[in-house]
Amino acid sequence: MSVSAHDASAELLDQVNQALAARTPLRIQGGGSKAFLGRPVEGVLLDTRAHRGIVSYDPTELVVTARAGTPLVELEAALDEAGQMLPCEPPHFAEGATVGGAIAAGLSGPRRPWSGSVRDFVLGSRIITGQGKHLRFGGEVMKNVAGYDLSRLMAGSFGCLGVLTEVSLKVLPKPRLCSSLRLEIDQDRALLKLAEWGQQPIPISAASHDGQALYLRLEGGEGSVRAACERIGGEALDAGYWNDLREQRLAFFADARPLWRLSLPNDTPVLALPGEQLLDWAGAQRWLKSDADAETIRGIASEVGGHAMCFSAGATASPFQPLAAPLLRYHRQLKAALDPQGIFNPGRMYSEV
Amino acid sequence: MNILYDERVDGALPKVDRAALLTELQRQLPDLEILHRREDLKPYECDGLSAYRTTPMLVVLPERIEQVETLLKLCHERGVPVVARGAGTGLSGGALPLEQGILLVMARFNKILEVDPAGRFARVQPGVRNLAISQAAAPYELYYAPDPSSQIACSIGGNVAENAGGVHCLKYGLTVHNLLKVDILTVEGERMTLGSEALDSPGFDLLALFTGSEGMLGVVTEVTVKLLPKPQVAKVLLAAFDSVEKAGRAVGDIIAAGIIPGGLEMMDNLSIRAAEDFIHAGYPVDAEAILLCELDGVEADVHDDCARVSEVLKLAGATEVRLARDEAERVRFWAGRKNAFPAVGRISPDYYCMDGTIPRRELPGVLKGISDLSERFGLRVANVFHAGDGNMHPLILFDANQPGELERAEELGGKILELCVEVGGSITGEHGVGREKINQMCSQFNADELTLFHAVKAAFDPSGLLNPGKNIPTLHRCAEFGRMHIHNGELPFPELERF
Repeated sequence: MSVSAHDASAELLDQVNQALAARTPLRIQGGGSKAFLGRPVEGVLLDTRAHRGIVSYDPTELVVTARAGTPLVELEAALDEAGQMLPCEPPHFAEGATVGGAIAAGLSGPRRPWSGSVRDFVLGSRIITGQGKHLRFGGEVMKNVAGYDLSRLMAGSFGCLGVLTEVSLKVLPKPRLCSSLRLEIDQDRALLKLAEWGQQPIPISAASHDGQALYLRLEGGEGSVRAACERIGGEALDAGYWNDLREQRLAFFADARPLWRLSLPNDTPVLALPGEQLLDWAGAQRWLKSDADAETIRGIASEVGGHAMCFSAGATASPFQPLAAPLLRYHRQLKAALDPQGIFNPGRMYSEV
Repeated sequence: MNILYDERVDGALPKVDRAALLTELQRQLPDLEILHRREDLKPYECDGLSAYRTTPMLVVLPERIEQVETLLKLCHERGVPVVARGAGTGLSGGALPLEQGILLVMARFNKILEVDPAGRFARVQPGVRNLAISQAAAPYELYYAPDPSSQIACSIGGNVAENAGGVHCLKYGLTVHNLLKVDILTVEGERMTLGSEALDSPGFDLLALFTGSEGMLGVVTEVTVKLLPKPQVAKVLLAAFDSVEKAGRAVGDIIAAGIIPGGLEMMDNLSIRAAEDFIHAGYPVDAEAILLCELDGVEADVHDDCARVSEVLKLAGATEVRLARDEAERVRFWAGRKNAFPAVGRISPDYYCMDGTIPRRELPGVLKGISDLSERFGLRVANVFHAGDGNMHPLILFDANQPGELERAEELGGKILELCVEVGGSITGEHGVGREKINQMCSQFNADELTLFHAVKAAFDPSGLLNPGKNIPTLHRCAEFGRMHIHNGELPFPELERF
């Protein structure tokens, strides 16, 4: 479909088989836009970008299948043309971000608490395994419970369990109307209001607070969006705010201190964090600029049932929050089962995996 | 080829000394209720797939998680297979017992531990019924979205094991989309938490892997589900068509208009007649197909969407479009659909419910294929279809008292599932593989894919004690199945020696 579509799966498979034969680790990369996340990987580069293009897209089926190296902008443009979108709005972070990288990183944008995460939209995948096979799991249908759900497991696994070569994603029509608001209330009050609105059928699709004001996006039919805007009040906000938030281009992110992401339960009150903070996901995701050490920040997040991940390369030796002992053991066993020779992005998430 | 556990093709099971095990269980767990007399075991010999029965070696009915912990440790040490079971409503034999194994019944864990309206979650024990969660959340105007037809009886632990669906999946997702956290016991009896109260957790997404794993990777001991605000209004449109093709195209047209209905169901003429005779829902019995389209949400939007969908349906050639006038009529429209299975049960001594999924565009061809197969096998098939998400439930009508009819129904069912796979679909959308579709897994996945599934299983349960024989067939079973079943002239798994 795309002008530059190309099936390079045979070459990718060859490279994996060579790495298996020589027992040399591979560093899997698409556009490199998310290379700063996680731990550094020593390995031969496996570049997915030659394997690109949309394989199939039928808007009335609400499913798109794309090769891993497809630029995310290309996928978004194809969906946009048909009046559809990837509701989880994964961040790009740089030009050249690929579909495979977006799935492997598993990061979702501002709509996530209401729409679901990247993994929620994964329906199927093709994976080159640690046994040197190119296999297919899941499919292009909404409901499919045959076998274990390896496709959703791939989302957020940072390439540690195999090379994702193709993914099928559920897509949705774009909302009929989208309005954004800015409301000058403090964080305590904003979180109280969000907890209240969260229990009502109000079409909120993004909610952030930067310390000054609450930013809201409302999406749905004309009637519901207009009614909610009237009820909530505030001033109109340029919708570009949400892209700037997702891509970390707001002024907040320019601060030189390391960036941390705290993932917290709904309804977590305002936390006294050691640094500047920005609320997203109605408070379930909080960005923190801080010089505090990892233990301090993780202690605060864990205390309220959440966790913290460092988004600045080199700021800590273990950017991903360490796992409880039994969980780590099962991570290692799963890694050993799917990647017995440990060639796929070894150590990217945890030194033991 | 029989689907009951066959050690010749499904692998040897550990030999368990029943008397010694019973003595040891009674010694270590004096307050655990253990059933061991033949007449007490009888009620547990099948789940919702009642055509297949196996008497379990022992049945245990724990009431405290510590008992389950001790039991699993003991079974792990002694090499005893364990089959976990919730309410036993599963339709694929996922909780079918083993003669050489313990049936672990989790149904007594039926407490709702916490409903947090501001956090929008409920924390419940695994034996809590699906509908009971929504009932507990109702005072806060919240509900738990996945609603399998068995929701008054099925338990949430089983829903997690099967990744249960329902009629609202296109808009609200499956079980996997509506979970925050699952606490499990591993095969070794160790406690482990997958997910968290936050929206994501560090590490691999083991919660996604575990959901729908059919009791093969661990035992669910607690579930934290997401709660959603109840839609303000729900309205239902009923559209009649003089051909199933037109009804199928209308579904695509609704989606193309940018509308995602809360529920979108199709029934064919045989189902319509059966349901109408039983429920008197007011269905047009002369229609070749009807569509039920539920639109839910904020009142103003639903009002607008009803007008849009009516227009789309008329343009798609509907012979009649009716909006349920009031709540009573809406409930009646749904009652016909929700009772379609028992309604078909009234016109046939037995029926066999299939669960394949297909890309929606393939519907006309697949229905034609089903109709041809139905004629070839001499058995009637009624079609009920979650049209929005491509999940078909063909109901094969047969009479088990007629020699050979069950076998014919099974073979016809298998053919229908293979047809679904051929057009890019799946053998199961929501009922699970269990034992029922164990042979058809050989059609959907190749030997390498099945081998990888076995590797995942081994990462969690190396000695294969949890629910042996379910979900993933052995390559030997596939080879045997393939020998009897040559597909398109090609022998599947040609590399394997035949037994």
